[in-house]
Order: sequence, then structure tokens, then C-alpha cells
Amino acid sequence: MTKQFLLDGQPVPFEDGQTILEAARKAGHYIPSLCWHQDFPPHGSCKLCIVKAAGRHVSACATPAKEGWEVESNTPEMNGERRGLLQMLFVEGNHFCPSCEKSGNCELQALGYEYEMLTPRFRHFFPERPVDASHPDMLLDFNRCIFCELCVRASRDVDGKSVFALTGRGIHKHLTVNAESGRLADTNFSKDDLAARICPVGVILPKGRGFAVPIGERTFDTETIRSKTLKEEES
Amino acid sequence: MSALPATPTAALDGVLQRHGHYPTELLQILIEAQDLEGWLPAPTLTHIAQSLHIPRSRVEGVAGFYSFLYTQPVGRYRVLFSDNITDRMLGNAELMDALCRKLWIEPGKLSEDGLVSIATTSCTGLCDQGPGMLVNGRAIGQLTHRRINEIAEMIRQQRPLELWPAEYFQIGDNIRRKDSLLNLDMKPGAALAAVIELGREGWLQEVQKSNLRGRGGAGFATAVKWASARNASGEPKIIVCNADEGEPGTFKDRVLLNSYADLIFEGMTLAAWAVGASEGFLYLRGEYRYLLPQLEAVLARRREAGLLGRNILHEPCFDFDIRIHLGAGAYVCGEETALIESLEGKRGTPRIRPPFPVTKGYLGRPTVVNNVETLAKTCLIALGGGEAFAASGTAQSAGTKLLSISGDCAAPGIYEYPFGVPIARILEDCGASDTQAVQVGGAAGVCLAGYEFQRRIAYEDVPTAGAFMIFDGSRDLFDVARAFVHFFAHESCGFCTPCRVGTSLLQGFMDKLADGHGAKADLADIDWLDRLLKNASHCGLGSAAPNPVIDTLQKFRPAYERRLVSLDFEPAFDLDAALAEARQLTARDDPGAHLHTHEEEEK
Repeated sequence: MTKQFLLDGQPVPFEDGQTILEAARKAGHYIPSLCWHQDFPPHGSCKLCIVKAAGRHVSACATPAKEGWEVESNTPEMNGERRGLLQMLFVEGNHFCPSCEKSGNCELQALGYEYEMLTPRFRHFFPERPVDASHPDMLLDFNRCIFCELCVRASRDVDGKSVFALTGRGIHKHLTVNAESGRLADTNFSKDDLAARICPVGVILPKGRGFAVPIGERTFDTETIRSKTLKEEES
Repeated sequence: MSALPATPTAALDGVLQRHGHYPTELLQILIEAQDLEGWLPAPTLTHIAQSLHIPRSRVEGVAGFYSFLYTQPVGRYRVLFSDNITDRMLGNAELMDALCRKLWIEPGKLSEDGLVSIATTSCTGLCDQGPGMLVNGRAIGQLTHRRINEIAEMIRQQRPLELWPAEYFQIGDNIRRKDSLLNLDMKPGAALAAVIELGREGWLQEVQKSNLRGRGGAGFATAVKWASARNASGEPKIIVCNADEGEPGTFKDRVLLNSYADLIFEGMTLAAWAVGASEGFLYLRGEYRYLLPQLEAVLARRREAGLLGRNILHEPCFDFDIRIHLGAGAYVCGEETALIESLEGKRGTPRIRPPFPVTKGYLGRPTVVNNVETLAKTCLIALGGGEAFAASGTAQSAGTKLLSISGDCAAPGIYEYPFGVPIARILEDCGASDTQAVQVGGAAGVCLAGYEFQRRIAYEDVPTAGAFMIFDGSRDLFDVARAFVHFFAHESCGFCTPCRVGTSLLQGFMDKLADGHGAKADLADIDWLDRLLKNASHCGLGSAAPNPVIDTLQKFRPAYERRLVSLDFEPAFDLDAALAEARQLTARDDPGAHLHTHEEEEK
């Protein structure tokens, strides 16, 4: 007999070692995420996947499912917390969606719509984060970084280059590149790296291409992040 | 790559050599490399990365994480004023202001000649003899205007620290009440001899009988932790003594390290005997670096006496040695998995748990992390037996607890009490009067109001790692909570969204209230943030960060409400304050340069 837990009252089967998030998505239930990626170990930093398991808040991406657990996810309380976390991510950076090349393809923006974020709610931090346009093929716009570390992990663990790393601490934490000059052009980064394609927001962008697909026809303009994620899970 | 001047490279290579070019030593290497020039220029980081064969980005990531590592120039005299609430109550702000004026510099900026920089730092553990400061890592307590004048003069004369008056650097223990631990006069090795007699299993049983629980605050059963590590697979096993005493208001470990180091190292060795560990680390917070030479001397003496090293006390297969690993100004490293990351030479970011350190800790090996006081207490158990230890204190909290008492009282210092002691009794003993509130357990702890002073210090009632800060009737508890909120915002590692952004947002709301722009809507937002931080944070830092606000909002609500200017909504933006930079640039501060006075004139 397969093991199962209850997600918002519905039984979800799982195999030993599977996390709540993996099991839920496999069973067709959406739990949101930004820092989670199927090809990497769980990171657990964005906290968008937060659920209440047996009464305790846990990251669904990092918590192995347990037999008989009652897990709350798609509830007003949890979705309210997710909306709050999204608002936090929006105010700590500089996100100007209308002028962003990633608009419509951006997971942060898509989640903002998914969780009905209508206002930023909090004061904007307006941090100073200069862009790095030194590289011939790629642009770095740090203003949009959400610290998911996917580029850090992809560059280190897959590309074998460690082009990206985080430095600083707390609210002053920021992305840095592997060069004394601090310029991407002085690293061995290439547009063919996995790290060049993995950013869920608009930090790492290819140069020389803009608005090839018009706004209104982009990924999340035509489909919600919820249905896209679940469809990918099926295929 | 830019070249380094010749001398620093040779010295730097010496540092790298001493640490065997191990990447796990990165933090230690950076600390020592910084000693060469006072800060870490970019080429130094590059050179370190190349020598250790690790990406430069990783070196920069670590250098940027710790408060005491500088990637921008700082003064040859680096003055850091301790900024705990107890330092503030003793007037540290006026003293810092006075020193800045005398030396013609602004806080946080480097003087033009590179001579001096002055800034604040989190609690330095001198609350019993504050206000405190660190000058190039050396601690000075009992600051007065007279001392500040003298310090300004000596910095101006560029007098080397070694030639400053010796009494400046004397940090007293201030032990006010001794009980079983502080009265213990143990010949080094006596506890070890006793447990070798018992055998590893017998010793573990004694610890179990003692009901000893962790003194770092969480109160986990020590015997269970040790047994888990012993039963876990993986070699060699590791014992870590957590001397990263960063909780604001706590300084008992400072005293144990200063005067009872043998008990600590012996306790680590006792743990090694139970667990079967062969490597030990003492993680010493950067603020206590001045204790390093004397601690190294104790370790050397113990090696000499056969109490560390191979075949301890001639016992075959009992090999254990201890290295001291320095922190560099990061409160979060008191969290055990962040501490282990730091030991591995990384940024102090807490890990996902499970796995817990007892199965996968330092370099993936079974690792026991115990508090300084916990380890010292194991000597009592080794010498007197587990049952005798369990007989004192309360049923659920065996033994005694060291309290670091500071704030508004006649006799601040270290007090050792059996668990179960009521708050009122402690207040009486230390000469506190007109007490409004007590913050027990530091910034992350609990704020107790007068009606709770019959409660007791114990895991089952008021648990604490040892901080006990007293506030009398003249204090504003909003200021206290706000100071702690600033502390958490500064110390958040920044890993998870709720803590990274939430602590800064909370700080913004508290500042908004302090600046006189508070509205009732803000209290609702503060409430909401408190809950999210508690629920969603990755580690204990984030979930404890709202504690001071939750407690004071509940128990001292008028301190917040009298700051509200509106019952509805009030914007935080202050147009006149936004012109401050323009006023500074034009060197104007006349009424015409202020918005409200300007408007009034027009009327």
C-alpha cells in the first residue's frame, strides 16, 4: 500500500524521501516556489512553498512527506503569507515590470498575479544596484535579484565555473561575480551556460534581443504559472 | 590580475602556509590576512582564492558576510562602540559623539588620513562594565568622558595599543554569586580520570542520570545528543564548543573562558570520551579574540600534561585535540548549523535540518555542538556523579544556571543560582529597585513585567541562555524593543525572505513610530510581520526577532500608543527630512532651508 498524506483534505500519495512539494505537484496540486528547481537539491530560501504540516509551518520543498500528515496549503492563511512574502520581494528590489524585458516570462511577476498582489503594501527600499553591461552577450540587472541562488548553483554545480556568488549579509546581501574587477566580462561566463538561462526573474538577460515576443503574448500572459507548472509536471 | 606589493604577499603566503592551504580554513585565513594591512584589498582576496584553488567569488562571499572583515579601508585605529541597550543606557551615544567630534570624523567613515574609523557594533559582552568598545579587537570597558578624552589624545599621537594604560584592557569577572560550578576547584585531569574509570558507556549513563540540558537556551538533553552522535556512522567525530556568545546581554561565557578555561576544555574531552570523537573545536566569537592567547596557553599546558593529544592519560585509543576557531562578528553563527558552516570556512548560513549535526555536521561527520557552560558542567557530573547533579535545581531543570546580570541594578555581574530561582529574588540580590521590566534570555528572549516577577528561571518556566537585563521605571520599553529590532535586522544572515526583508521592515516601522509618524495601521502591520517572521523564518534568528516587539506590545502597549499621531494612516515619508542631504551639501540649516518653516513664512 502506498503511503499518503492529506493536502487540504485531499489524499496525496508519496514515496519515501519525496518532499511535500514533489508529491503534491505529481498528484496535480500546485504549491508555488521560486528558489526550487527539479534538478537541484532544495534550497528553502524563498519560502513561497510554505505550508502548514501537522500544525507547524515548514518549507514544502525541503520537508519529506510523512504518512498521515495533514498539510494546509491552498488556504486563505497560507496564501496570505505567500502574498506577503511576494510583497517583500517586490519592495526590497527595484522591479519596474512595464520596462522589464522579462515581463510576462517572469516567475515573480506571475506569482504576483497568481496570489492577487494588488499593492506593494510596504515601503520600497529603492536599493542602489548598478547594472553590469560589460559582457558582450549577456546583461546583469541586479535590481531584480531575489537571491534564489539558482545561477549560483547552476554555475557552480553544472557549469563548473562558479561565476556567481552571494556576498554581504542581511538586507545588504547581493550577487557578485567571479572577478577581481567585479565585471562579468572578466569571468569565463558564456551565454551557453546553464546559469545564463536559469534566472526566474530578469537579472541575467541576453543582449541584442528585445521584445521579440510582444507583451501580451508571453508565457504567463496566456497561461497562469499554476497551470504551466502542473502541465510541465505531467509531461 | 593586479600585483600585490612584495611584503604583504610574503606575509600572506606565511598565513596561507600556516593553515595548510585548506579551504576549510578560509575564515581563519581572512582574519589573519586582514591583520597584515588592517583590511582586505581586492588583490588579497584574489591571491587567497588562487592559493586555495577555490573560486574568488567564494572568498568574496565569505569576506562580505562577517562584520569584522573589511573589504573597504578602515582606520589604523578601528574603534567600535558596543551598542547593546545596556551600553545605550550608560550613554554610549554621547561618548561616541564626543570621540567623533574630538577626532573630526563622522561615524562609519574613515578619516582622510586613514588614521581612525569609528562605528558601532553589536553587544560585545561587556554589559556588566559598559559602555564598552573594541579598539582593533581589544576590549575596553567602563568608558567615561575622561577615558574618551584620553583615547582621542592617544589616537591623535598614534600611540601603539601596547602603550595604552594597561588598566584600560582589564576586564573583570564580576562574579557576585557562586554555586557548585563557580566554586569547583578542580585539578586539571581529575574529571577525566574519573570518567576513564567509568568507561565510555558508564560515563554516558552518568550524564543521562544527571538530566543535564543544554545551557545555550534550547535545553536539549545532553546525554541524548551525545548518544546520537556516538551511534551515528562516520569518522572522525567532532566536538564543538559554542563560544559564539552573541546574545545581547550575555557575558557568562566570557567569564568562564577567562577564569575557568580548564573546565571547558576538560568538558570537551569528557564529551569526546562519551562520543568517541577525536577532533574538537572551540568556536570563539570575534569579540572575545583578546582571550585567544591565554586560551591557547591553557591548551598547550593541557597537551603537555597528557590531557589532550594521543592516548590521553595513557588510555589507549583515547585521542582528542582541540583547535580554536575564531568568529568575525556574526550573531547568526551561534545557531549550530550556521556555526558549522562557519567552521568549514563558509558564510554563516543556517542549514536545512534534518539532517541534524549529530548525524551530519562538520564536513558531514557526526558533530556535537554544546554550549560553553554545558561542557563546564559535565566536570561536576564526572566528579560528583549524575544523581548528585540531578538533586539540585528543579525536576525538569537540573543543576545551576549562570546569569549575566546587567542594566539598572547596583551590582551587575555573574550570578550562579540553582534552577528554580524566582526573578524577584534575583532582583533583590543584585540590588535592583523600581524595576519596570526584565529582559531574560537576551534580545531573543522574553520581556517580563512586574506582575511576572514571581516566575522562576527554569526550562519549564522562564528558560534562558543567561542574559538578564534590568530596566527601571525611568526606561522606555519601546526604546528597548526598538534597539533589539535594529540588532536583528543587522544580524539577519539574509538567507530567507521573511527574515531578510521582514527584520528590515520591522525596523522601518519602529523607526517610523520613533520619528513621530506612527499610526494605528502601523501596529496592525507590525502584528502581521511579527507573525510571519515567527512562522516562516528558516532558523531561530528570524523566528525570535519579533519577540521583543510581541512582548512589549502586549505588556507595555502605552509605550507604543503614545507615539501614534493618527488613529488611521500616516505616511512614513517626511518631505523635510528628505531635504537633509541638500542641506548638508549646501551647508545650510537656517529656517529657510526647512520646508515647514518656509511654508509658515509664506502664510
